[in-house]
Amino acid sequence: MAQKKKPPRVGDHPAFRRCLLAVVLTLTALVVVAPLLVIAVQAFSAGIGVFLATIADPDTRHAIMLTVVTALIAVPVNTVFGVAAAWAITKFDFRGKRFLLIVIEIPFSISPIVAGVAYLFVYGLQGLFGPALEAADVKILFALPGIVLASMFVTAPFVARELIPLMQAQGRDLEEAATSLGASGWRTFFSVTLPNVRWALLYGVVLCNARVMGEFGAVSVVSGNIRGQTNTLPLHVELLYHDYQTAGAFAAASILALLAVVTLFAKVLLERQGAGRAGRPTLAAPQTLKAETLK
Amino acid sequence: MKIRLDNVVKTFDTFRAVHGVSLDIESGELLALLGPSGSGKTTILRMVAGLEYADGGHIYFGDEDATDIPVRDRGVGFVFQHYALFPHMTVAENIAFGMKVSKVKREKAEISTRVGELLRLVRLEGLGERFPSQISGGQRQRVALARALAVDPKVLLLDEPFGALDASVRRDLRRWLREIHDELGITTLFVTHDQEEALDLADRVVILNEGRIVQQGTPQEVCRAPNSAFVVSFLGDANRLPAEVLSGKADLGGTQLAAPDLADGPAEVYLRPGDLEWSNTGSGIAARVLRVIDRPDARRILALTESEHALELDVPPETEVGSNDRGFVQIRRARIFSKSASGA
Repeated sequence: MAQKKKPPRVGDHPAFRRCLLAVVLTLTALVVVAPLLVIAVQAFSAGIGVFLATIADPDTRHAIMLTVVTALIAVPVNTVFGVAAAWAITKFDFRGKRFLLIVIEIPFSISPIVAGVAYLFVYGLQGLFGPALEAADVKILFALPGIVLASMFVTAPFVARELIPLMQAQGRDLEEAATSLGASGWRTFFSVTLPNVRWALLYGVVLCNARVMGEFGAVSVVSGNIRGQTNTLPLHVELLYHDYQTAGAFAAASILALLAVVTLFAKVLLERQGAGRAGRPTLAAPQTLKAETLK
Repeated sequence: MKIRLDNVVKTFDTFRAVHGVSLDIESGELLALLGPSGSGKTTILRMVAGLEYADGGHIYFGDEDATDIPVRDRGVGFVFQHYALFPHMTVAENIAFGMKVSKVKREKAEISTRVGELLRLVRLEGLGERFPSQISGGQRQRVALARALAVDPKVLLLDEPFGALDASVRRDLRRWLREIHDELGITTLFVTHDQEEALDLADRVVILNEGRIVQQGTPQEVCRAPNSAFVVSFLGDANRLPAEVLSGKADLGGTQLAAPDLADGPAEVYLRPGDLEWSNTGSGIAARVLRVIDRPDARRILALTESEHALELDVPPETEVGSNDRGFVQIRRARIFSKSASGA
């Protein structure tokens, strides 16, 4: 009761508080919770049998496989790229360092469909390397390589972006200390650098994986949407939907949603360990936010 | 091990951080590199360690030219300003790191025995299982020292070793570092911007300014015979008064001081607050008290001379004096430098 007598803190007026909370909660319910609920409900609307049949459908199974394979290739490659880029940017001084930072971020700000179209121009039949590739009988577009490349483009910044602020804050002291104690470059990397960024690295990998599995725009341009051959799970959902197989579409979508939920749990767990926004230099916050709004 | 720097030069982009520094560090010596920020002292330390490469000149460890030996193989123990302890390893693992990664293979039991010895040496027995985040700043500093000593370095290098600590911890650790040094007899080089620390701890002090050595010598030598105005003012509070030298005497507007070796012309007189006396009557430089600051061991008078020069002087605690009192300042000791030379 004594609390009531206290004057409200700045921006803490009861009416303002209630209005703000109401707006935020309503929007969250309408924009985020309701659609997810609809997916869950619709997926099982025709009964568990239809759900299982959709999952068991060879095309759906192929789409799931393709998505997993794409992630298995794109995520490790981008992890290595991210670590290398973060290391280069934070531990070396070189010309064009700021420029490289900006270039790495381009996929964040560009529409994925632009990336897809760009790959079309580079590897397509009328494109830069198209004729040469055709002559060598190498299929990039409308095949797994194209899908992987497009996914990699879209998710290139995720790992690097998580590591750079952390490694910048840590500076070079630890590596210098390890080297002065006689450690080799590899030893320094694996026993000093990597353990100190491990949570941020995992966090980046989780975000990267979520995006690779969910990527639609870029992949839809380069994959050619061939059912049972080049359809990833998001593309397959769209295809089912256009075929008026609503229950199937929702069932497939529910798998994607499930993957997202798993990712979310992994993310929360990692944040508890100090990765992500929690307990890290503020300069990283806007980028992390941006990554999430884009997702 | 004796360390010798021969005309060492370092330039960052266009900024020349170190200009041809030559320096001999005797085996077993404890030497301080003292200077204001930007004087190149840390750069010199990092070049001795091999963390920076010299653009010119040579660094010798004993008779061996170490200039191009990479830091990994140079065999130095480096204590970083912020310790750079590995946060994901315990204190014991931190100390053992150098022995584990060494090209010289050691038995596990041997390493843990050595870690135990080092923990005892730095008086951290029982803290081996803690993580760096769970111990105090002073303890971290001692872990950093133990870690550096674990690899039996030829030389111990410390970058602002007490910079990040409280004043009281700092004084204790300083004395303690001196004890460790006397016990181990390892050649030690440390960097500081705190003259008290350098004078308290070092056998010999090297004073640097703008990438050059200004003066080097024992604490007694640099305190009693500073060779330039820079050294005088860097080593402690000093009042500066303009004077005119004429045939071996410096004239301070009425007060005369002996200046036997100085050429005629304008000069500057440097006066330590403790080298001045205050009297309410008598002779000396007439002055008015602006303010009195009381300290545990003395009273400091801020005064203004009749020629409008500010003076600070330390007088015994029992001196009766207050604001706006008029009196006279007597000079017990002074350092006089010709104006032309004082710029150096």
